[in-house]
Amino acid sequence: MEYNIPKLLQKKKKNIIELWITNQLSEAGLREDLISNEEIRQQSEELVDSFVSNLNQENIEDVNSGDFDGVIEILSGISITRARQGFSPRETGAFIFGLKEALLQLLQQEIKEDKETLYQATLQINRLLDSFSIVTFETFIKGREEVILRQTDEITEISTPVIRVWDGILALPIIGTLDSARTQVVMENLLQEIVETGSSIAILDISGVPAVDSLVAQHLIKTVSATRLMGAECIISGIRPEIAQTIVHLGIDLSNIITKATLASALKFSFQSLKLEVKKVQVVKAVV
Amino acid sequence: MTTWTMIITLSKDVMRIVADQDVVPFRNRVKECAVKIKMGLVNQTKLITAASELGRNMLKYASGGETLIEIVTRGRDNGVRLTFKDKGPGIADLSLAMKDGYSTGKSLGLGLPGAKRLVNEFDIKSEPGKGTTVVVIKWANG
Repeated sequence: MEYNIPKLLQKKKKNIIELWITNQLSEAGLREDLISNEEIRQQSEELVDSFVSNLNQENIEDVNSGDFDGVIEILSGISITRARQGFSPRETGAFIFGLKEALLQLLQQEIKEDKETLYQATLQINRLLDSFSIVTFETFIKGREEVILRQTDEITEISTPVIRVWDGILALPIIGTLDSARTQVVMENLLQEIVETGSSIAILDISGVPAVDSLVAQHLIKTVSATRLMGAECIISGIRPEIAQTIVHLGIDLSNIITKATLASALKFSFQSLKLEVKKVQVVKAVV
Repeated sequence: MTTWTMIITLSKDVMRIVADQDVVPFRNRVKECAVKIKMGLVNQTKLITAASELGRNMLKYASGGETLIEIVTRGRDNGVRLTFKDKGPGIADLSLAMKDGYSTGKSLGLGLPGAKRLVNEFDIKSEPGKGTTVVVIKWANG
């Protein structure tokens, strides 16, 4: 008896879906908190439907066949959503491996006598489903990476605020490592703000920078030079004792730049150069 | 070089630096080791600055390589030993590279000489075309 595997699978579509869903629901790590049974059923039906209806005698051997584009699209969609929902790679992997299990179970039931055909069919299904699993993982990781990239962008955005501490004085607290990309953001924000507010003094506070190596120093020097070109003075504050010692040993020359230990002393210096005075007000009792 | 022979390694950790974002985790790992052996804050900062300097060098000139972070002990001294190994183009003139302000890239030229001043022991071996290996040690009270 000749077997037509694609035809057979199409005929037994219902059974495959049932087998697969039973497999998924009996899985110990089923995440009922993240996904409902209806959703599982819907995703499974959609995928099996697309798979068996696109399968034929020719492309069963060819995993790169364009006929499977639809299947891969559905699969990518599922794994990206799962990545965002917080499924683990194992759980997402178990999803697609469950389909393989179901297909193989079905083949075993249907082709009992002909061991040779069963072996061949098993091999073909294995190959196909393995390549689908790889797609699943690739897109799963891509989904996670998107999350990370979005967070990175967000951190860069929020970590470089320009604060107007006084009329004509800007402060820019830098937190974290100052690399080339962040220096660019810092410089852009700062220079833009100088133009907008017409400030003449900018304070770069590096209290939150864990280490100042020659690259960071170079970036700082560049930022200071750019600020000066705009006609504003730049003060670097927040230099901790250990950072000061390290800078000296490293041989970085910051003598052309005004540096202060704390933001407070930088602010005081700014007031002085703007000829401003901060005084305690003497309370005089009103004479009746 | 006799001092190097009596050094015993207590813990070992291998990290690869192949991209910009690998430098910060590497530096944090170095810092963890320094904290573990109760290194003072100033020495800690010096060590992680040197580590970051050498790591970035490796990334810039050899497009990455492997680092070995070890906690070592010599008699009563504890320290952190860092090994940077790359398979980059190597350094043709070591004495020139160790000079302040010399750089083949567009940097301040303080990486190698600066890192040397920040640590207690510094050893560099380079073979043009084969790669460069830098070994540094910072003692907890060095």
